[in-house]
Amino acid sequence: MKLITKLWLGLGVLIILSPLGLLLPEYFKAGAAWGEWGVDEIQTLAGYIPKGLEKLSSLWSAPIPDYAFKGWEEKPLVNLSLAYVSSAVLGVLVCIGVVFILGKFLSKK
Amino acid sequence: MHIPDGYLGPATCGFFYVIMLPIWAVASKIVKKTLSAKQVPMLAIGAAFSFVIMMFNVPIPGGTTGHAVGGVLAAILLGPWAACIAITVALVIQALLFGDGGITAIGANCFNMAFILPFVGYYVYKAISHNTPVDSKRRVIAAGVAGYTGINLAAFLAGVEFGLQPLLHHTAGGQSLYCPYGLKVAVTVMLGEHLLIFGWVEAIVTALAIKYLQKHSGDLLAERKVKL
Repeated sequence: MKLITKLWLGLGVLIILSPLGLLLPEYFKAGAAWGEWGVDEIQTLAGYIPKGLEKLSSLWSAPIPDYAFKGWEEKPLVNLSLAYVSSAVLGVLVCIGVVFILGKFLSKK
Repeated sequence: MHIPDGYLGPATCGFFYVIMLPIWAVASKIVKKTLSAKQVPMLAIGAAFSFVIMMFNVPIPGGTTGHAVGGVLAAILLGPWAACIAITVALVIQALLFGDGGITAIGANCFNMAFILPFVGYYVYKAISHNTPVDSKRRVIAAGVAGYTGINLAAFLAGVEFGLQPLLHHTAGGQSLYCPYGLKVAVTVMLGEHLLIFGWVEAIVTALAIKYLQKHSGDLLAERKVKL
C-alpha cells in the first residue's frame, strides 16, 4: 500500500476514535480547557463577568458550537459522540477542500 | 489553547492580526515557490490531521482538558511555512464552524499554534537530528523534544496574552474587562499544565509518528526531498 493511502486511512481511524476526546474528559470529570469557559463559569470562578468579555463572547455564533449540534446539549453521550464524529468528518472534509483550493494557487505549475 | 472571543481586548486581537498578515503572506510566497502540485494532498492531510488531533481532549482528572496540536509533526514533514498554512486552515475552520477559538482571536491563536509552535518545533528537530541517518533513534528523540518544546512555548505565549488583559483593560474598580486572570496565574497554569501533561502528548504523538515513518517511508524524512 502506498504511504499516502495509509495516511488517509490513518486519518479515518482518528475520526472514528475522536469521541474519546469527548468521553475521556467526561469520565474523569474534567471541565473546560483553562481560559475557554462560558460566561456563567467565569462568574463562578472569578466572581464577576468582565464587561468586555460578556459583549464579545457572543460575537460569533458558530453553526456547530463545540462540535455538538445546536439543541443537543442535554442529549445522552451516545448522541453527543455521534455529533462529535460527524463534526470530525465535516471538519476534515472542509480542511481538505480548502487546502485543495489553496493548492491551486499555492503550488508550482 | 484556543483563546475564545472576549478573552483578549481589541488591542491584543488587532496586534496579532497585524503580525500574522505578513507571516501568512511570506508563507504563501514560499509555499508557492516550493510546493509541487503532487504535494498538495500531503498538505491537505497535514491540515486535516492537525484538525482532528486537536479534538482529542486529554483530561486532567477533576480539572481541565488540553490537547496536542500535531503542528510540529506537520512542520517536520512539510517544512515550517507549509505547516503554518496547514494549521492556519485547521484553526480558521475550528473557529468559524465549531466556535473553537474566537474569530477575534484568530490572529493570536494562529501566532501561537500555527507560527511559534511549528517553527520552534522544526528548528529544535533540525538542531538535534542534524546530519543523522534517516533511520536513527536520535530523530525519534529529536521529534519528541521538538513537539514538547514547540507546544510549551505556544502555551506560554497564550498565557502571556491572557495574562496581559487585566493590565491593559480594567475598570476604575480594578475588574478586568477581558480575561480576568493576570500574568502570574495565566502563565503558571497554561505553562504548568502543558509542561506536566499536554506537552508530553504532543511529544509522544510526534515521536511515534516519526518512528512509524522511519519504518514505512524513510524518504519522507530525507532532508532535501520535502524541503518546502
